Amino acid sequence: MRRLLFESLIRRPLTEAAPRRSYAAMQELAAAIDRTARRRLGRSLSIRAVDAGSCNGCELEMHALSNVFYDIERFGIRFVASPRHADVLMVTGPVTRNMAEALERTYNATPGPKWVVALGSCARDGGCFAGSYAVVGGVSRVVPVDLHIPGCPPPPADILKGLLALLEQADKGARTS
Amino acid sequence: MPVLIDIAPEARLIQHHRPWPRAVTGTTGWTAATESLADGRRTLLGLWGEASCVHMALLDEIDGTAGVVSLEGLQGRYPSVARHHLPALRLERALRDLTGLEPQGLLDTRPWLDHGRWNLRFPLGEKAAALPKAKTYEFLPAEGESLHRIPVGPVHAGIIEPGHFRFTANGETVVRLEERLGYVHKGIEGLMAGADPARAAELAGRTSGDSTVAYAYAFARAVEAALGLDIPPRAVWLRALMAELERLANHLGDIGAICNDAAFSLMLAHCGALRERVLRAADAAFGHRLMRDRIVPGGVAADLDEEGAAGLLTLLAEIRRRFPELVELYDNTASLQDRMVDTGILVPELARHYGAGGYVGRASGRAFDARQALPYPPYDALRFDVPVLNQGDVNARVWIRIREVEQSLSLIEQILGQLPPGPIRHNVAGDGEVREGMAVVEGFRGDILVWLRLAGNRVERCHLRDPSWFQWPLLEAAIEGNIVADFPLCNKSFNCSYSGHDL
Ligand code: SF4
Repeated sequence: MRRLLFESLIRRPLTEAAPRRSYAAMQELAAAIDRTARRRLGRSLSIRAVDAGSCNGCELEMHALSNVFYDIERFGIRFVASPRHADVLMVTGPVTRNMAEALERTYNATPGPKWVVALGSCARDGGCFAGSYAVVGGVSRVVPVDLHIPGCPPPPADILKGLLALLEQADKGARTS
Repeated sequence: MPVLIDIAPEARLIQHHRPWPRAVTGTTGWTAATESLADGRRTLLGLWGEASCVHMALLDEIDGTAGVVSLEGLQGRYPSVARHHLPALRLERALRDLTGLEPQGLLDTRPWLDHGRWNLRFPLGEKAAALPKAKTYEFLPAEGESLHRIPVGPVHAGIIEPGHFRFTANGETVVRLEERLGYVHKGIEGLMAGADPARAAELAGRTSGDSTVAYAYAFARAVEAALGLDIPPRAVWLRALMAELERLANHLGDIGAICNDAAFSLMLAHCGALRERVLRAADAAFGHRLMRDRIVPGGVAADLDEEGAAGLLTLLAEIRRRFPELVELYDNTASLQDRMVDTGILVPELARHYGAGGYVGRASGRAFDARQALPYPPYDALRFDVPVLNQGDVNARVWIRIREVEQSLSLIEQILGQLPPGPIRHNVAGDGEVREGMAVVEGFRGDILVWLRLAGNRVERCHLRDPSWFQWPLLEAAIEGNIVADFPLCNKSFNCSYSGHDL
């Protein structure tokens, strides 16, 4: 272990430069935040992941955000274990009927101000699974959505861009309120 | 066709079913098949239903053959398999929820996938109106002085799929765990009915995201088996290449994540970096990090160019340089070993009885690997070992993964070394006849079964059986007598799929 740790001291870090903000996502967000005029959030953002029927592909890329290449915590963004600690619910999947109530209850357990990010094509409108007897078809049918990050699954860099846009707007929002 | 002959000599063989036989039998044949499962002569590969028929897929491990036994023209019921062979229990409960067919003699009358929230019942059978109010789900009782219950889920405290775990504990010790699943049931088989093979392939590839390659692979092979279609040699090899990359990425991720659940995050950081490198190399080679929608009926949808191949060789070199020291770290860290060894033991008898596949089976003495036991090209032309251990604990499940990482590296190298040139995709055209096909493909988690019937270029019925069906129940057995705090560790070492199971 010592050798491995020592090597880590002399090797250059794998962590990569931050991606540029996603402007489309920013505009979508700006609208959402103006609408609600939320109070200052601060720089740090706590995310609670909710799988509402995903194929688990989106979860894999969410996990990847924590690896050393993306190292999401350096932006003050972290995944938390309880909705009570969360600013953001990041919801994946077409929202199965068997999960709709759990999603709603998780939303209600999250204190305001709060944002909902719908992650992946399924989360937007059911994607590939739209029209099934077993899905509601999109997160916004159950809870209000502030930002949608497209992709199947969205690569980690895209998720990061969306979240950075969310942070930036949250900061701005704070100045005007 | 030894797998069926002694079961049902009077049975009618279905001519258009490939590559293994399917026999329509009477109750006697069905019961004989059930008995052969119960006494261990055969292994259950799958059990699924249609409006008025049920099918059971069987494996004869000694002969290396498979087959399907069917009962047709049912009047709402059929003789329960689970009554004599418990591994069929959840499959039968799911079958009843989806088709309305009643497994006669099954004592457990609780639903499984149907939580009473759909707007109909029996979506794959004679559809019926939903019940006005869902019955409360009764968990199995566990009573005694000083026992307490801990309900967990469906929303868990991490980035995990949803499911419910009901623990009964005596102090710290788990007395009983009961799982309740079905939360992510999306109705994939319902969506597949009537879809063309291209759309159905997309759905198959979204059954379980971590196994998107393996599912697309199995689905494509089932379609090709049904149609008697050959695919270009280059596509045969590219498919295996993607499958091994997927296995590599998932095993690396799992090894790190299991160690992390024992509070050893150093492994997670290093394994996570290697996993990320695999995904990036896959992206560069095939244009998608998870290689989704790259395997299609008729071949593959993306070719590998020189740059992509060079990237994969660099990846192999990097993993070969880094991985051995991680293995050493794993093996030499006493605190880690203390958590892993003897934790969550699955006894070999249970693994065999349930036909558990993947690292769960192979860490408990069951040497089954579809790439070797029911070989499909190009694996019949490749050299690889199937590692097997007997301890059945978390540690053994980690070691199986470690050995399989090494095997996958070798397989990728072999494939790159002999990748034939040429086209990568043939047209898929049915002749409008009814045809049935079946395929078993080894995903990272275990064997995936796909069975389908095509009618006039449409999927009439497709069934996808995730390896988790025969692993989830065993997690309940493995955790018994362990402390509650070791559950995440045991659970991660099984890493069963929720989505693949719930469909
Ligand atoms: S968007 Fe794609 S990856 Fe994400 S849950 Fe849906 S099917 Fe899976």
